[in-house]
Amino acid sequence: MHAGIIFLLVIIGSVLFHIFTPWYWTDIASNWGGMDDTITLTFWVGGGVFVAVCLFMIYCVFRYSHKEDRRAEYKPEDKKLEKILTWATTLGVCALLAPGLIIWNQYVNVPKNAIEVDVMAWQWGWQYRLPGADGKLGTTQVRNIADNNPFGINPDDPFGRDDIMVESDVINLENNRPVKILLRSVDVLHNWYVPQFRAKMDAVPGTVTFYWFEPNKVGEYEVLCAEYCGVGHYAMRGGVEVQDKAEYEVWLSEQETFEQLSARYEKLNVDGNKLAKK
Amino acid sequence: MSDEYDNNKSYQAQSSEVMDGSTGSVNPDIDYVRPAEVGEQDLYHGHSFIEKWVFCQDAKVIGVQYFLTAVFTGIVGLILSWLMRLQLGFPELAGFMTAEHYYQFVTMHGMIMVVYFLTALFLGGFGNYLIPLMVGARDMVFPYVNMLSFWMFFVAVAVLMASFFVPGGPTGAGWTLYPPQTILEGTPGSGMGILLMLISLSLFVIGFTMGGLNYMITILQARTRGMTLMRMPLTVWGIFTATVLAMLAFPALLVSAIMMTLDKVLQTSFFMPTILKAGEVLEYGGGSPILFQHLFWFFGHPEVYIVALPAFGIVSDLISVHARKNIFGYRMMVWAIVGIGGLSFFVWAHHMYVSGMNPWFGFFFATTTLIIAVPTAMKVYNWILTLWRGNIRINTVMLWCLGFIVTFVNGGITGIFLGNVSVDVPLSDTYFVIAHFHMVMGIAPLMVIMGAVYHWFPLVAGKMLHEGLGKWHFWITFLGAYSIYFPMHYLGFIGVPRRYFEMYDSPYMTSAVGMNEFISIAAFIVGAAQFILVFNIIKTLKTGKKAEQNPWKANSLEWYTSTVPPEHGNFGERLPVVHRWPYDFSVPGAKDDFIPQTTAPSEVIHTEVEKT
Repeated sequence: MHAGIIFLLVIIGSVLFHIFTPWYWTDIASNWGGMDDTITLTFWVGGGVFVAVCLFMIYCVFRYSHKEDRRAEYKPEDKKLEKILTWATTLGVCALLAPGLIIWNQYVNVPKNAIEVDVMAWQWGWQYRLPGADGKLGTTQVRNIADNNPFGINPDDPFGRDDIMVESDVINLENNRPVKILLRSVDVLHNWYVPQFRAKMDAVPGTVTFYWFEPNKVGEYEVLCAEYCGVGHYAMRGGVEVQDKAEYEVWLSEQETFEQLSARYEKLNVDGNKLAKK
Repeated sequence: MSDEYDNNKSYQAQSSEVMDGSTGSVNPDIDYVRPAEVGEQDLYHGHSFIEKWVFCQDAKVIGVQYFLTAVFTGIVGLILSWLMRLQLGFPELAGFMTAEHYYQFVTMHGMIMVVYFLTALFLGGFGNYLIPLMVGARDMVFPYVNMLSFWMFFVAVAVLMASFFVPGGPTGAGWTLYPPQTILEGTPGSGMGILLMLISLSLFVIGFTMGGLNYMITILQARTRGMTLMRMPLTVWGIFTATVLAMLAFPALLVSAIMMTLDKVLQTSFFMPTILKAGEVLEYGGGSPILFQHLFWFFGHPEVYIVALPAFGIVSDLISVHARKNIFGYRMMVWAIVGIGGLSFFVWAHHMYVSGMNPWFGFFFATTTLIIAVPTAMKVYNWILTLWRGNIRINTVMLWCLGFIVTFVNGGITGIFLGNVSVDVPLSDTYFVIAHFHMVMGIAPLMVIMGAVYHWFPLVAGKMLHEGLGKWHFWITFLGAYSIYFPMHYLGFIGVPRRYFEMYDSPYMTSAVGMNEFISIAAFIVGAAQFILVFNIIKTLKTGKKAEQNPWKANSLEWYTSTVPPEHGNFGERLPVVHRWPYDFSVPGAKDDFIPQTTAPSEVIHTEVEKT
């Protein structure tokens, strides 16, 4: 008998824990509220099934615990009951799957007006690049990467000359403007993840992956690496600062283009040679 | 197969004739069972100690060898988990531990528990011990290969353990061994450690194939007279289907291990793209890291069911025996096991929604994944419907079964979160995933293993384990494990990523410090509680109560051997002949509340047996 009571307390405890938990998701700061809503829906449907199954089990423990003079029922099958349960479960599963797929459809279709942000990951840090006035990022190659070309932009690509190089592990984003995050890695797998934005995707060396979101809350956020990438994984942090349009544009104007960066290095090189000659 | 089926049908017709006592008999001999088509197996009995207990060809001894070796690896895995929890809960006490150590412990814990502990224990341990006994065979069909299978596993374990002692230590790449990091510097154990891991896995697959062939062919070819497929205990169905999955899934692991070894040793580029490391471009180019993930999870997802299906089967039998009631919906249970097994090959990329594979795959794999929820839910319903109107013994075995239902349903439901593609996006790579898979494929199968140990110990050792100690063992383990993993889901909601050596000072992560300490303490207690079982076993072997034959009053053949514990050859002079399924409990009209599978219809003529 006490077994049933302990199981009952476990179920009640689980429900109370969920209601009163101080640990729950961070305030959302992007357009992916639909993910939170689907989680909530799944929680109620799934949680309901969990509680119902466990309560039924506990009822059986109380009601049908062993008595010498009693016999169990002998009924190998009940086709009708099994059919009802199958269809009810199928229906429930469809109800959960549908919103999941609808949101996934939004997730994989990037809005046309999204601004591209090139996120480059390495062991263990982040770098960012934005398209310049032409609105297009220049093509890149790992073999081109050098001090004067941290992203490996193809020097012949005209789209690359005006690309904006953000020399910081913090990227600024404009509030309420969709962003398409392009992910690249020069060495191993990484994942650019801000819990408040909900979205994530692995960066895979050898290919470019993407995802998108629309930040909708001004503020500073911490970037975490969410795919194990070696011994420095836990320390691979970065930042995002979401700003209103005016402030964002001020910040943007302060950044260097690839052309300016190349020129600066060339000058450094020339100066260095002069110094060497003297 | 079709031959089997016809035989089954005609036999059913005979028994229904008995049931309604209709006039005009089709076949006057209601006890008729088709004679055996092949002669009996010749067994090689060991003569020396070495042949009897070391290089032994008796599946039961091999089963115990597998069991003990797997438990040894499990204890290593347990100690590693303690060290990890010490770092996560009380980093100030874990000063000796570097990030390298932590990642090595994470990796070895995962690989050991999934492959070397759970898989070996269910298939090598329970499979070897129970299959011949339950289907009424004298032994596995290829006893010599069966012996080799264990020793190959033993060598695989030795190689794995050796990796703790090589320069650089064992691999710390995470149990998923994702390239490129797995074989590059910057990941602990990327030299000798990973090589030994890959060699050990290859040996495991080779050894496992030898065992797997035995399990499959014994079940298909060596069943005793009257043991049709649809009269097999669900334990056998679960192990059989899991073995078929393993035969199809492990080759994917083997080829990925071989390819990765080549990438490591010969600088091929199966999985390696152009990589820039410390300013140098490495001699790789053109390979695909995602290809490895596809291969790995093509193995990895069926692997989940390789562990889960035997657990499903065993728990069905335990519930039925101890609820004194037939398993509800046997045929549905069989088809659910087979269906889940088949579907498990079409869901692998649900581990890869945010891996960077083509995102359009998400639609397909979310749909297949959620379809699997339907047969799985049917199994859960049938377990609780078996309890309903039963006559339930609330003993230690049943407690483990009830604990299994709670943890499995809990973990199954969080699986619906993670399988549902867009819901997975915020939760993947967080502690929610850790909580989910520990609940569903760590704790739930462990509950079944424990239940099975308490259930079959009287058969294996001839003595009854102590009930009181068993109950303490259960409650500490169940309540402790539940309080480890239930709150852990909420760390995942916060967004705490997995595989973090330290949390630093992110505000939403430091809020969980208290919870981490609590979880760690619970983990220490649960781990320590497992030694109650070790104590119980030692105590029982020394002074325990002698078990009568068939102490649980079960129907299946393993309880009807000529001696307890069964000797080599299992059934003495004559093999048993089977007349019914193993679930004839509480049949109206029968004297006892159970009718063994060997009981002929003429012996229980007045009973209302519905289906035999």
